[in-house]
Amino acid sequence: MDWIALWLSVRLAAATSMVLLAIGIPLAYWIVFSTRRWKFLIEAIVALPLVLPPTVLGFYVLVAIGPLSPVGRAYARVAGRGLPFTFEGLLIASVLYSMPFAVQPFAAEFASVDRRLLEASWSLGVSPLATFRRVVMPLSVRGLVTGIVLSFAHTLGEFGVVLMVGGNLPGVTRTVSISIYDAVQSLDYASASRTSLFLLMVSFVILACTYALQRSVWIKPRH
Amino acid sequence: MDQAAPLTAAPAGAALQFHAEQRFASGFGVAATLDVAMPAGSMLVLFGPSGAGKTTILRQIAGLERPDAGTIRFGGEVWCDVARQQWVAPQSRRVGVVFQEPTLFPHLTVRDNIRYGIGVGSEWSRTGVRPQSDPGAETARLLGIGDLEKRYPRELSGGEAQRVALARALAPRPRLLLLDEPFAALDAPTRLRLRREVRALLQATGTPAILVTHDRHEALALGDAVAVVIAGRVRQAGPIADVFSRPADSEVAASLGVEAVLPARLVQASGGVAEVVVGDVILHVAERDPIAPGSNVYVCIRAEDVTLETRSPGQASTRNHLAARVVAINAEGPIDRITLDCGFPLDALITRRSRDDLQLAHGAHVTAAIKATSIHLVPRT
Repeated sequence: MDWIALWLSVRLAAATSMVLLAIGIPLAYWIVFSTRRWKFLIEAIVALPLVLPPTVLGFYVLVAIGPLSPVGRAYARVAGRGLPFTFEGLLIASVLYSMPFAVQPFAAEFASVDRRLLEASWSLGVSPLATFRRVVMPLSVRGLVTGIVLSFAHTLGEFGVVLMVGGNLPGVTRTVSISIYDAVQSLDYASASRTSLFLLMVSFVILACTYALQRSVWIKPRH
Repeated sequence: MDQAAPLTAAPAGAALQFHAEQRFASGFGVAATLDVAMPAGSMLVLFGPSGAGKTTILRQIAGLERPDAGTIRFGGEVWCDVARQQWVAPQSRRVGVVFQEPTLFPHLTVRDNIRYGIGVGSEWSRTGVRPQSDPGAETARLLGIGDLEKRYPRELSGGEAQRVALARALAPRPRLLLLDEPFAALDAPTRLRLRREVRALLQATGTPAILVTHDRHEALALGDAVAVVIAGRVRQAGPIADVFSRPADSEVAASLGVEAVLPARLVQASGGVAEVVVGDVILHVAERDPIAPGSNVYVCIRAEDVTLETRSPGQASTRNHLAARVVAINAEGPIDRITLDCGFPLDALITRRSRDDLQLAHGAHVTAAIKATSIHLVPRT
């Protein structure tokens, strides 16, 4: 089994989940509570990776962070090297690719908080933002956990995007799914089978835990 | 600012000047005007049928609905002036709200729920109204929920939860308390007990309040003033006994009910019969729920329960026989409404035939008979 590739995938997935936690919460907050009419456009953009072929997303990210784009050039000037075929470049692509898996559960959970609780909080003198922190967030723990777990699992399994943006550099961009592909290409079916089985079990356990959490198997319902 | 009297929040004689128009996508709309004094500890009742717009008016006062047009002022402060684009957020109005459902924060204990509005992040804690003592604990004690502090909302009964919601709204010492049918979801004994407690608490804290209800007994039991809301408009407003005894028009009268409502005092009760004094007339009333002698009550008498006699009666089961004079006779279809003066104004409904038999005419002297079981008492809490 390719432990280096596996460790890389876990690091990438964990970093992606953390970044999505940081930017997904404000984004989901805005999607749920904004009164702008054009917010459906942002919702559509967030959901795009669900339907777009990973290669298309990967292609655009590659172009966007490459030396031909202003962003890519600016990063290269500051960091001393470019983004394509690096862990950072892969992280940017993964964040975009797994965005709906974090933002949608966050937003669904925020939206499910009883509006009357928000009104009660406002009339007790608490600002909308503080209300979000003191009422919405604590009541959305399940949605936050679901979003983090799903984006982690989704990043763990990505292939096309990684291939386009990261390439196949061992320990840098060669994730576990690419390692399996390589093993099959070189007819090393034993290794491919071990890694595949491992990934299958990990994914299943993660998803089983998530759905158990949603069904409140362990947590007592609050309402 | 409130140091001399720690529990008094509102200045005496704050006034509410309200005019708001708002139309909803459903087609429902309100266009209401209300101009009332709100003395400390007083209760204004928004009364009317379901769907009349009472709750919308309350939410506009709270700042939870934004009118399309109009102005809302309270205690000399402009809360909303659509034409001048002035708007005070609900956070800054210092208005306590209690909804029909308790809407407690499910992830917080009773204590943290009550303290929610006086904690960090609350507008009110920053505006200099923070008290020396713990107003949350004080309100909780007054409402008899001090020993529930560590429980979570899901562990409370309906009555307890509504008490906590009330304590939560009162803890930051609002200038005005808004109550949206807060007793409607409770069972009858709890409802009666909580009504009394709310009334006492508001008077103790000097908080003026506005209560939305479609229950006339609740309106009578709690209200000092009433505003009758029908189809999105305030049709009549004034002291509660005035409005109930002199409805402005037939629609208001219909929504208030057909009963005469008379302020009275209960002097004594024995053997299941209570004696109440209306003006200088004594009425005997079958006692349903015990009321302490000396209490102020409203006496409610339906016009169809008043019978008229011309001769002095023999032995009969009817307890009340009042000497009366006919003041007016109005035909209502086949029925005549006879307005009487028997020391207090009273209406009787009789058929045309009875009127002919009795040869009733303007100024005639009659005896009005009312069974003790037909009179209802509403205690003024």
